[in-house]
Amino acid sequence: METTAQVMKAGNEQETERAQRLAAMRSSGKEAPQRPELLCPAGNLAALKVAIDNGADAVYVGFKNPTNARNFAGLNFTNEQISAGIRYAQSRGRQVHIAINTFAQAGRVSEWRASIDKAAEMGADAVLLADMGLLSYAAARHPALKLHLSVQGSATNFEAINFAYEMFGIKRAVLPRVLTLAQIEQVIQNTSVEIETFGFGSLCVMVEGRCILSSYATGQSPNTHGVCSPAAFVRWEPQNGRMNARLNGIMIDHFEEGERAGYPTLCKGRFNAQGEDYYALEEPTSLNVLAILPELVRMGVRSIKIEGRQRGPAYVGEVTRILRAAIDAAMKADYTVKPMWSEVLDKMSEGQQHTLGAYSRPWK
Amino acid sequence: MKLALGPLLYYWPRQKTLDFYAEAMNWPVDCVYLGEMVCGRRHELRTDDWLRLAQEFSAAGKNVVFSSQALLESAGDLANLRKLAGTDWPLEANDLGAVKIARERKKPFIAGPHLNVYNGATLDWLAEQGAVRWIPPLEMSRSGLAAVLEEKTGAIETELFAHGRLPLAFSARCFTARHYNLTKDSCEFRCLADSDGLVVRTREGQDFLRINGIQTQSAACHSLWPYWHELGIAQYLRISPQGEHTAKIVRAFADRIAGRSPQEDFASWNPEGIVNGYWQAKPGIESTALSVNEI
Repeated sequence: METTAQVMKAGNEQETERAQRLAAMRSSGKEAPQRPELLCPAGNLAALKVAIDNGADAVYVGFKNPTNARNFAGLNFTNEQISAGIRYAQSRGRQVHIAINTFAQAGRVSEWRASIDKAAEMGADAVLLADMGLLSYAAARHPALKLHLSVQGSATNFEAINFAYEMFGIKRAVLPRVLTLAQIEQVIQNTSVEIETFGFGSLCVMVEGRCILSSYATGQSPNTHGVCSPAAFVRWEPQNGRMNARLNGIMIDHFEEGERAGYPTLCKGRFNAQGEDYYALEEPTSLNVLAILPELVRMGVRSIKIEGRQRGPAYVGEVTRILRAAIDAAMKADYTVKPMWSEVLDKMSEGQQHTLGAYSRPWK
Repeated sequence: MKLALGPLLYYWPRQKTLDFYAEAMNWPVDCVYLGEMVCGRRHELRTDDWLRLAQEFSAAGKNVVFSSQALLESAGDLANLRKLAGTDWPLEANDLGAVKIARERKKPFIAGPHLNVYNGATLDWLAEQGAVRWIPPLEMSRSGLAAVLEEKTGAIETELFAHGRLPLAFSARCFTARHYNLTKDSCEFRCLADSDGLVVRTREGQDFLRINGIQTQSAACHSLWPYWHELGIAQYLRISPQGEHTAKIVRAFADRIAGRSPQEDFASWNPEGIVNGYWQAKPGIESTALSVNEI
C-alpha cells in the first residue's frame, strides 16, 4: 500500500497548485462570488456560544433524543437550552439550525413530528431532515419553516435535490461526502437549491444514510438510533502488551505498545484481506478543505459545515476561529493556507492527519 | 408468496453473466431484477445487452425490473438511468433521483432497500409517487416491519431480502481498487476476479465484511430461511445472486413455497455461514437460529 505520508505529500502539492491557479483566475476578476456561511456544530449551550463568539454565521444543534444523528449520552439540548441558544444567536444576527435527521421509526413517528413542531415553535432558522415522510409533514404543517435536506438524506445528484425541492420546497441540501469538486459544481449548476458542503471534521467514507455497518456489528445505526460505532459497545482489552479495540466483541483493530490508539469507528479499523493487514476502508483521518476553499467559493457553495457536535467547546471555538479566518481570506485573490491554520487543525484531527476526501478524485 | 431474483451485485465476466442468466430463464422465479446497480464503470454487459436479456426473460414468462444504481453521482450515471427509464420496463429506485425520473414518466416503480423507509407515512408518500412494491431496509426487524405495515394506509406489496450477502454500505471510493493499490479511475476492473467479492477478516481471523467495488457487504450470508413461518408478512422473497449455487437456493425456496419438502444443503451452498440477527432486532452479524434446520 502507498503510505499515508506519500498520499498526503502528493495531496498537499496538488492542493497548493490548485489554490494558486484559482487565485490567479479570480484576480482576473470574472465575478464577485458570495461569501459562504460558516456553519458550526454545538453539542451543548457552551459550544453554541463559543461558536457564535468565534465567528460562526450559524450553528446546528439537536434535541436530547433519538431524532438526531448525534444521539450520544451527555450531549444535545433540552427545549430550554435550545431556546436560550436561539436567543443568543439571533440577538447577534446569527442563526440556529436544528438537526432532526434520523429516520422516524414506525410506531414512534409522533416523537419526530413533535420535535419538528417544537423547532418551528421556538423559531429555529431551519430544520435538517432526511426522512421523506417527515419532510412531507413539515412542508404541510409548517410552511414558513425552512427545510434543509440533511446529509443523511443521501442526495448525491441534482435530480434528487430538485425532486425534494419540487415536493417539499427545500431551501438547501447538504451534500454527502462522496462527490468530487467537478461533480459538486455540476450539481450547483443544475439546481436553484442552496448547497452546503462539509469543510472540516471526521470523515464519513460511506454515503451518509446508505451505511448500516454499525447496526451489522451492534444493532444500532445512524438511521435508526442516531449513532455509529456507539461507545457503549466499545471494549479496550489489554493483551500481552497490546491493546485490542473491540466493538460488540468484534476486533476493529489492535495497537502495539507506543502506537497511537484511535477510537474503533468501524470503517476506520485495520482488517485483513488476502493476507494483508491494512486500513481496508479508510485511515483514521479528518476532512479539511482549506486548500480548496477559493474553489468552493467560486462554484457557489452556500455554506461550509464543520462536523463535530460530539466535540467540546474548546474544539468548536478553535476550529470556528480558523475556518472564519480562512473563509474571509478566501474571498480575496491572494488566498493562501496559513501554515498555522493547518498545524492547529491537524492537531485536532482524527489520527492527526487530514485529507481532501472525495473532493480530490485520486482519493476514490 | 413469489420469488424474485435480485440484481447481480458482483461484477462477473461477460460469459459467466450470460450463462448465469441463460440458466435463470428456467428457474421458478416470478420476477428478475436486471442491470448494474453498484458501479457505473462496470460494462461487461452494455445497456443493449441488458435490454435483450429483459426481452428474453419476458418471453420466458418472468416479470422484469431494472435496478437503479444506489449511488448516482456522475452525469453518466444519470444518463444511463434516463435511458433505462425510457424503456417499457419498471424501475427499482434505489435513489431519490430515480424516484423523480420514474414519477415524471408516470412509471410504476419498486422502492428499493436503500431508500430508507422506516415508517408508514414515508411508505405512503412513496406509494403516492407511484411505488407499487417496496423492499424494507436490510436492517429492519420483523417487528419493525409489522409496525410499518400496520401504520401505512395505502396499498403496496412487500418484498423481503430473504437470502444473500447484505449490501451494507456504499461509498464513492472503490475498496477493491484500493486493495490492489489502484485508483478507481484506473481500477483495471479487478473486481472481475472475485465472483463473490473479497472477504475481509478481523485481525484475529474472524470473517467480517466483503468488499465488492464501492459496496461493502457482509462476509456471511443473511438468510430468513429459518424463519419461514414468519415470512407470510411479505408477498415476495428476494434471492441475491452469488457466484455458485444460486440455482439450488432458488429451488429450495420454490419447493418450500410449493409445500414440497426441500432438499437443502445451505452448509455447502453458503459455507461462509448464515446470519439473520436483523430479523430479530439484533446485530445483523448474529445468527439467531443455531442451525438452518432448527426451526
